[in-house]
Amino acid sequence: MDIIERVVSGDIRSIARVLRDIDDEIPTARGVLRELYPHTGKAYIVGFTGSPGVGKSALVDQIAIHYRKAGKTVGILAVDPTSPFTGGAILGDRIRMQRHFLDPGVFIRSIATRGHFGGLSRSTNDMVNVLDAAGKDVILVETVGVGQDEVEIANSAHTTVLVTIPGMGDDIQAIKAGIMEIGNIFVVNKADREGSRKTVRELMNLIELRARRQNGGEWEPQIVETEAIKSRGIQELYDAIDKHKTYLMATHSEKWREVAEKRARILLMGALRDNMFKAILERIEKRGSSLDEMAQKIVDKQSDPYTLVQQILESELK
Amino acid sequence: MENARKLRILVAKPGLDGHDRGARVIARAFRDAGHEVIYTGCHQTPEQIVSTAIQEDVDMIGLSILSGAHTYSFPKVIDLLKENNALDISVVGGGIFPLEDIPKLKGIGIKEIFEPGAKLTDIIEWVGANIKPREGALQKHGYH
Repeated sequence: MDIIERVVSGDIRSIARVLRDIDDEIPTARGVLRELYPHTGKAYIVGFTGSPGVGKSALVDQIAIHYRKAGKTVGILAVDPTSPFTGGAILGDRIRMQRHFLDPGVFIRSIATRGHFGGLSRSTNDMVNVLDAAGKDVILVETVGVGQDEVEIANSAHTTVLVTIPGMGDDIQAIKAGIMEIGNIFVVNKADREGSRKTVRELMNLIELRARRQNGGEWEPQIVETEAIKSRGIQELYDAIDKHKTYLMATHSEKWREVAEKRARILLMGALRDNMFKAILERIEKRGSSLDEMAQKIVDKQSDPYTLVQQILESELK
Repeated sequence: MENARKLRILVAKPGLDGHDRGARVIARAFRDAGHEVIYTGCHQTPEQIVSTAIQEDVDMIGLSILSGAHTYSFPKVIDLLKENNALDISVVGGGIFPLEDIPKLKGIGIKEIFEPGAKLTDIIEWVGANIKPREGALQKHGYH
C-alpha cells in the first residue's frame, strides 16, 4: 500500500506523517495533497474561534463527545501560537481533550502558527483536506486565541462558532467590524458567571441589526449559553451546528456551493502564493542573489523594496 | 526561504505524581530553544502518551517522573512504540532514578536520562545534537 492508500484507509501513523510533511513544507507533500484531493469533500468542518481563555478547547472536547455518540468519526486541529522571538511553541490544547486519546475514532493534532497571522497556520486548510480524505466525518478546527481581526476560519469552515464569555467588554465591542461578524453561532461560555444574560442581549441586538440589513432568507445566527466544563448547553450547541448544516445543505443548496467555492479559492490562493514565492526565490538564488543581499541594499539606500520587487517581477514573470 | 522544519517534542508525565513544575520548566526551555512542544500535563498512561506521540508525529518523548514508577511506565512506553512500529521516536527521561536503574533503562532503549541537577543548557544541547526532525514520509525507506 502506498501512502495515499494508507491515509485514505485511515491509518493513523500515515495521516500524522503527511500532516507533518505539509507543515514542514517538504516538497513531496504537494504531490500527496494532489492525490488526496479527489477523496475530499465529504467532511463537515466546524471552526471554533474566540479570545484566549474563553474555553474553545473545552468546547471542542465536549462537542466531540456528542459527535462520537452519534457514531461520527472526528478530526481535531488545534492551533496555538508560535513565539515570534524563538520560533518555538507550547501546544497545550490537548490537555482538555484527554478523554479522547485512546479513542481510535478521534484524531487530534496540535498546530503552531509558525508566524502566520489570521488565526490559523498556513498549513491548516491543507491539513483539513488530509483528515477529510482520511474519512473523518467531522473536522473541528480550533483557532489560536484571537483578537478582533483574525477571521480566516470563516473561509475555511462550513460553520463558524464564535466563543465569548460574559463581561468581555461593553456593548460597543459588539458593533465593531471583524471577528464579531463571522459567527454563524455565538457561544457565551462560562455562562454561570455574572453578566451572561447581558452578553446574550448584546449579541441579540447585534444579530438583529445585521438581519435588518439583509433581505430575508439569510441564516439567523444562533446564540447558545454553555458551561463547557459542566457539559451544560452542549446539546444545544450541537443542535445549533446541525441546524446551520441543514440550512447550508438542504433548504439553500446554493449556500453549500458558495461555501465550497470559498474554500476552494482559499486553497488555490494559498497554494499559488506559496509555490510562486518559492519558485521566484529559487530563481533569485540561482542568479546568485538572495533576500539577505537585497535587504542590505535597502538598508544602505542603494535601492528600495518597491524598485526591487518591480525588477524581480519584470525579470522573472515575463 | 527559512527552513520550516522544527523539532516536535512531547513532554508528558506518566503515573500518579502531580508535581509538574519540572515538566513545565523543561517544556518552556524547549520552546525557548525553538522547538514545538506538545504538553499534556500529569497523570498520563503509557497508552495515552504513545497515542499522542503518534498523532502529533513527534521526534522525541520526554518523560518526567518523580514517583519511582519508571520501572513500569518507561518499558511500557517502549513496548507500545514497538507495537505501533514507531521506535524511530526517541524517548528520554527526567526526574529521580536510583542509580542502578539507569543502565537498565538505557538497555531497553531510553536514549538518555537526566537527573536532578542536570542543567537546562546541557539538556537543550543534548537534544540539539541527538534528535533530528524525521525524514519526509515519502523519503523514508523501509517504513511499513
